[in-house]
Amino acid sequence: MLLTLEDITAGYGQAPVLSDITLHVESGEIICIIGPNGAGKSTVLRTIAGQLIPSRGTITFKGENISTMSIARRGAKGLVFIPQGMNIFPNLTIVENLEISGTLLEDKHDLNRNIRKVLEKYPVLLKKRNSFARELSGGERQILALSRSILLKPDLVLLDEPSLGLAPIIVDMIFDQIVEIGKSGSSVLLVEQNARKGLSISHRGYVLELGKNRLTGTGQELLESDEVRQLYLGG
Amino acid sequence: MLKIENVSKSFGALIAVNDVSFNLGDTGISGLIGPNGSGKTTLFHLITGFYKLDTGNIHFLDQRINGLPPHIISRKGIVRTFQQTRVLPFLSSLDNLITAAPNQLGENLLPLFFQPSKVALQETQNCEKAESILETLGLLKLKDSPAGDLSYGQQKLLEIGRVLMADPKLIILDEPTAGINPTLIRHLVTILENLRDQSIKIFLIEHNMPLVTELCDKIFVMDSGSLIFSGTPSEVQNNSRVIEAYLGRMADAADA
Repeated sequence: MLLTLEDITAGYGQAPVLSDITLHVESGEIICIIGPNGAGKSTVLRTIAGQLIPSRGTITFKGENISTMSIARRGAKGLVFIPQGMNIFPNLTIVENLEISGTLLEDKHDLNRNIRKVLEKYPVLLKKRNSFARELSGGERQILALSRSILLKPDLVLLDEPSLGLAPIIVDMIFDQIVEIGKSGSSVLLVEQNARKGLSISHRGYVLELGKNRLTGTGQELLESDEVRQLYLGG
Repeated sequence: MLKIENVSKSFGALIAVNDVSFNLGDTGISGLIGPNGSGKTTLFHLITGFYKLDTGNIHFLDQRINGLPPHIISRKGIVRTFQQTRVLPFLSSLDNLITAAPNQLGENLLPLFFQPSKVALQETQNCEKAESILETLGLLKLKDSPAGDLSYGQQKLLEIGRVLMADPKLIILDEPTAGINPTLIRHLVTILENLRDQSIKIFLIEHNMPLVTELCDKIFVMDSGSLIFSGTPSEVQNNSRVIEAYLGRMADAADA
């Protein structure tokens, strides 16, 4: 088991946002969390990333209890968090954004070659490689953010609404890129409002409601479930 | 209603909006689509006075509105939401809505002394209206929470609530459904259709194509700062330039 959350309770003030959340991610899996607004989906990711320390429960990553570990040490262990917005350095160029990601690697031997590979794969990035990241469109920024995480070859990528505000043609590219991250050996834990798309590329999914586990199943099961359809997919 | 004539706006060497002209006419719900970075939000900023245009003119109800500051344009009846939410973070959700109500007697000194019961009545009415809007948006149980504590999606809903409080003539929505859960989107659709039935006009930027197709009477398409097409939803879906610039595989899926 790569990641396990057991009875996690966490929040931002007095009132807990999450109560007794339990979930797990196995190696190589893409997992999607869906649920209504305010269900606590983003809070789950922040708690796993270490931005929030749970008041109760255990988070186990690669066999080690990381519940109170610092964000940096979680990162070094192979956990990458791509938040909603603000996930690149706007005043660095595209190449610099990729390079700075690479400084986190212990073995930098293949870094330049891997950066070249990423650039070749995404012509939008190659074309603008020496432009400031702030000049990229929303879709290009998201592709850059995902590419930065690919370079690190992390064990687990946490992704908060990667398709937010993107044009349909770009959404397809982003989801293709997520599938590829999965194939390259990293697991992905994804929060998506675009539930149909999210579940359709996921091995399993979790439905949260008001900070609690509501349902779980394979991506396909959840997509076909009448309950999920009525409650979350909008008929 | 809203008429845009030869409007352009540049930032340095970048031409964000390039000689765009169109007329919303009597259309109930109009949509604006296009790739990321094509100038849609810039155009909305120009209409609502947040940016000054370089050239061109914008007319609303036969009055020229370019050059006017945002709050005056808003009082003329164009009320908007933002892509990145701009709620008042330290006020409660309820107060966020109440502050959005226009023409509040209590904001002037004289009525406070000479018509106190009228002021109180209006306050009560605004409060009731705000609560009923919060209920429609599923936010009633959060009415006393500071707006800054709400999640991204909930803040987006709150912004739409603020618009509904403002008695608008034209509502401008920048990606109203981004980050909103699908069931609530169905709810929003009903709200927007009700507004259309009350002859309030709506102009929205949206990437959710099934929604745009269902909701909009007319769609405008921008690419690289220019208006490249406008037409009914089905015309837009079948236009090869739009498919190439924007829809991609979406269009195939719609055919299937």
